[in-house]
Amino acid sequence: MRAPEPWNPDRAAEVIARHKDAPGALLPLLHELQGVFGCIPDEAVRPVAEALNLSRAEVHGVVSFYHDFRRDPAGRHVLKLCQAEACQSMGCRSLAAEVEQRLGVRLGETTADGRVTVEAVYCLGLCATAPSAMLDGQVVGRLTPARVEALLETLP
Amino acid sequence: MTVRVFVPGDAAAVAVGADAVAAALTRHAPEARLVRSGSRGLFWLEPLIEVETPQGRIGFGPVAAEDVPGLLAAGLLDGGAHPLRLGRPEELPFLKRQTRLTFARCGIVDPRSLDDYRAHGGWKGLERAIALGPATALEEVVQSGLRGRGGAGFPTGIKWRTVAQTQAAQKYIVCNADEGDSGTFSDRMVMEGDPFVLIEGMVIAGFAVGATKGYVYVRSEYPHAIATFGDALTIARAAGYLGANVADGGFAFDIEVRVGAGAYVCGEETALLDSLEGKRGQVRAKPPLPAHQGLFGQPTVINNVISLATVPTILADGAARYRDFGMGRSRGTMPIQLAGNVRHGGLFETAFGMTLGELVDDIGGGTASGRPVRAVQVGGPLGAYFPRALFDTPFDYEAFTAKDGLIGHGGIVVFDDTVDMAEQARFAMEFCAIESCGKCTPCRIGSTRGVEVVERIMRGENVAASRALLTDLCNTLKFGSLCALGGFTPYPVMSALTHFPEDFAGPRLRVAAE
Repeated sequence: MRAPEPWNPDRAAEVIARHKDAPGALLPLLHELQGVFGCIPDEAVRPVAEALNLSRAEVHGVVSFYHDFRRDPAGRHVLKLCQAEACQSMGCRSLAAEVEQRLGVRLGETTADGRVTVEAVYCLGLCATAPSAMLDGQVVGRLTPARVEALLETLP
Repeated sequence: MTVRVFVPGDAAAVAVGADAVAAALTRHAPEARLVRSGSRGLFWLEPLIEVETPQGRIGFGPVAAEDVPGLLAAGLLDGGAHPLRLGRPEELPFLKRQTRLTFARCGIVDPRSLDDYRAHGGWKGLERAIALGPATALEEVVQSGLRGRGGAGFPTGIKWRTVAQTQAAQKYIVCNADEGDSGTFSDRMVMEGDPFVLIEGMVIAGFAVGATKGYVYVRSEYPHAIATFGDALTIARAAGYLGANVADGGFAFDIEVRVGAGAYVCGEETALLDSLEGKRGQVRAKPPLPAHQGLFGQPTVINNVISLATVPTILADGAARYRDFGMGRSRGTMPIQLAGNVRHGGLFETAFGMTLGELVDDIGGGTASGRPVRAVQVGGPLGAYFPRALFDTPFDYEAFTAKDGLIGHGGIVVFDDTVDMAEQARFAMEFCAIESCGKCTPCRIGSTRGVEVVERIMRGENVAASRALLTDLCNTLKFGSLCALGGFTPYPVMSALTHFPEDFAGPRLRVAAE
């Protein structure tokens, strides 16, 4: 995964300028900001609001509404474990419990060393190869505790 | 002649190792031409690779990267004998029993090849639509009986007609690719396996109603679909199928992809429109209908991926041919998705009318775990749980409604006898609480109260009174919510309570599943 850049208002202004004139620009703009900075830092709210002629409350409202947008950067790796029904039928609940135990975190948390963030996701569309997960954007199916263990081992 | 070998680039195939298989083939058989197709939808056999031979395409699966040298030694490139050899995929019962209209090309063609698309009947629907003219093309869709495949089942042609009859300087076609229901993946498969058919369907929609701009709102959980569909847009635009003069038909249309941000409720059409406008994905009160005042306040056709991807086959072969499939008011075919704890999981497109039992037991082959099937959830997280006693229900919009269920987007999730139905009811309420947009009170607050009540039942506190309270709460959600999220969450909860009362009898000493 590409390492996030530290906050830089000029870099943010570049991104904002690229999107600000498109109709309904806020989501594509926030996606790209998060792609650059790893999250939507509080410092980004004011320039985004000004460029789109929105209030800061409106921008904050959108950032906080969507599960994808982070206020703080994630760990160096992100493991999203599907916890929806199709994966439940194939044992994703106990799989998640094992991962939580092994890493010493709950779903939604990051390990103390900042290495891995583990999150629940509700459906990756891999429902016939359950249980499924996404690790740093790579999809994995037919997961077993051993396979998750092997995936976690490979992480730097 | 260079042999073509097809390895699915479908996300589910990739999730079980298709990329590694492709890499092994490139390394060990550089003479073959590798094509990353979509998936045929037989996911228990993925990665399922196919080789083009004089006898037709021969399938092998499930193939692991380690199998590749052995397969090549056994004559893979000539379709040689091997324990993983499946023969011609079309002859496999799971495919042979299907009627593939919408998914006619998926898994067969190179999703990035316009030549493949054309060679397999692509653009015939658009050509005929242009020849018929907008009004007649629109009537074809009305006459086909096609209903919204996203879940609501509203007649697609009627929606189009409303937009066509509304005067406005700008109209929009919005494709709902926010396929958030667990147990469904047909939208993803089309976008990854046959993206031009969605483009063609949207172009026809734009032509028929007089819209010049289309948006595809696709969920962020689908990076492969986003990438493949984005490539297809570039290719179609370069070939003149999008732009100022589409296919020399004298009309303009173009498509833009917008990526969601992890909110399930944005699959609801009005929340999706707000999200496209850059707002919180909150549900709008109707009226006004999106057909009158939709995206940016303009008349908007908003259809699911499968609805739009079915339009080309309707136009190409005529409304009557499509309408002749199906039963009652459910016309045509439905791509049914068998998922979860099922032996033969995958995509099964068939005419409406097959019973739930046939789908789960015959086609799906029962559970993957080998244990008895106890419950199936049909129609995603807002769909009802069906017990075996209701397996004679035909797969049809009205038949499912009559049994207090819904077919939704066509997902069937199978559970074996280790499932705890009280836990599933609790999860349905929890999911509603997590994903509620917060606009209406029954959904926002009722879902959290619902989790608490189910937990009280599970702990054995005032069980009879709590069950009555849960029923009452479900009625409040069902009749008081603004959209299907709050309105349909009672389906899984009440069906679990009604059909599996033994799981709501109070505190249980649960036998650990071995």
